[in-house]
Amino acid sequence: MNASAAVLPRDNVAAGADNVLEARGLTKVFGGFAAVKGVNLAVRRGSIHALIGPNGAGKTTCFNLLTKTLVPTEGRILFDGEDISSLRTSEVARRGLVRSFQISATFPNLTARENVRVALQSSFGTAYHFWRSLRAVAPLNARADELLEQVGLAGSRDTPAAELSYGKKRALEIATTLALEPRVMLLDEPTAGMGHEDVEPITDLIRNAAVGRTVLLVEHNLSVVSTLCDKITVLQYGQVLAEGNYAEVSNDPAVVTAYMGGVDE
Amino acid sequence: MPRLLLLAIIAAAALAAPFYFYSVTLMTIMCFVVFACSFNLLLGYTGLLCFGHAMFFGGAAYVTGYLLKTTSLSTELAVLAGGAAAGVLGALIGFLTMKRQGIQFAMITLAFSQFIYFVFLQAPFTGGEDGMQAIPRNALFGVVDITSNLTFYYVVLAITALCVFVYYRVVHSPYGEVLKAVRDNQPRVESLGLDPEKIKLVAFIISAAMAGIAGGMKATVYQFATLTDASWPISGEVILMTLLGGLGTLTGPVFGAAIIILLNDYLAGFGEWALVSQGVIFLVVIVFFRRGFVGELAAFKRYLARRSARHGTAAAPGAKTAEARG
Repeated sequence: MNASAAVLPRDNVAAGADNVLEARGLTKVFGGFAAVKGVNLAVRRGSIHALIGPNGAGKTTCFNLLTKTLVPTEGRILFDGEDISSLRTSEVARRGLVRSFQISATFPNLTARENVRVALQSSFGTAYHFWRSLRAVAPLNARADELLEQVGLAGSRDTPAAELSYGKKRALEIATTLALEPRVMLLDEPTAGMGHEDVEPITDLIRNAAVGRTVLLVEHNLSVVSTLCDKITVLQYGQVLAEGNYAEVSNDPAVVTAYMGGVDE
Repeated sequence: MPRLLLLAIIAAAALAAPFYFYSVTLMTIMCFVVFACSFNLLLGYTGLLCFGHAMFFGGAAYVTGYLLKTTSLSTELAVLAGGAAAGVLGALIGFLTMKRQGIQFAMITLAFSQFIYFVFLQAPFTGGEDGMQAIPRNALFGVVDITSNLTFYYVVLAITALCVFVYYRVVHSPYGEVLKAVRDNQPRVESLGLDPEKIKLVAFIISAAMAGIAGGMKATVYQFATLTDASWPISGEVILMTLLGGLGTLTGPVFGAAIIILLNDYLAGFGEWALVSQGVIFLVVIVFFRRGFVGELAAFKRYLARRSARHGTAAAPGAKTAEARG
């Protein structure tokens, strides 16, 4: 297992410029416990890449390291060749690396349109204009409505986010993320807690949103991963267990053991 | 249009009020309206519980009083200077505390305000326990005499109207939208490339400056500034006003401040019972009327609207408003 992990980075480095996001030797230690140990990850530009693994495999930690929510103990993160290891979440977001959250991250007391408008204000430069009326952000409404329509929320424009259904909240979250025109979208379990009937529309939404950009997602639902993703990285015990497309990964004996062999904590 | 009409009625009532009510009580209410608005901007729209807002209120009262006593600065500029001084203090304390949230933030701001309180107690210019007495009301713009309470009422009214407008403008600005987003979900705002700490700091400074203007006004209304204005019970009282009026509602602070000041006034004769009744009211509001006076009123209006929509009959909203009162 260690041997295969050691071989992977050389492969990835060889691919070089085509990787929009790279992690090298990523390690995170929580009070003596290494949740993530020397993970190398390369996300190819324009791909949909999934991070999977049994419970406690370090997926979420790995994700939080990549989004700069956590500071790595060791290792480097490169975004488009730039070392972003020491930058903050808001700084990497402005560079085009934007994350979503596992629990639906909307602004419950704002309407759907206002939710998207907050994201649009990020680059519009009015976020600190406390002396102006809301007419100052009226030019953003057209773009906000367009994004809402793209995710099928045109009818809920003036509804407070708190009153939207769970599926619609996730759609709103994607519209809000798309408002930043991210080059890379990091999605944390986009279908978590979702009923069977909501999974399909969200999967379609992600597929549409991924056109022209890169998506890295952490996911539990293997059927979502199988149809959506170009490449899958399997984590176990904080290390990379296997990597490849769905067919390769699902036939890997180590992965089968990890998923079937009861390593769940 | 009805909103404009309502505004006109309120304006007319405010202009006529000193002929029917004691003008000093009315001016006190207005000082606390501005103070409560400043506090609601923080707690209601930013989600920050500052348990030391009295330091801005009381601090500015001393600054305004000192300037009026020692210089010939006109009254409105002295009040403004009090607000500016409170804003500077707010910037400093906000800078030091903005990384903290929730109860930690409340405790740290309380600690700072206690520190400031004891500085005022010891500093010679405040007059210590005796307070700062005989603060003059220098002529408005250097020319208009405002020594009579009736004339001064209109000055206070104008400053209050201006402050309430500023508060309204901030809440309904592009920045206000972002501010509410920070209150609702701070990590998400950060993930969208904005800096929530800086956004909250701006709100804290605006709030502190506005609390300062309220304090400066109070010093000129009573013509003295005391340690009480900077003490923690004042910080508690403004929390009470904001919650009673309705957290995060635009007009809540206005009603909250008016209700508390009038109650204090009417119950003053009962001594300690005034405080006991305040406690009881506070408990009742917390337990039964979580949304506060304005919040409950709005909820009741929505309920009536829904009911009349369902039955196709219009209910009479006017007669029922008293029920929503805490």
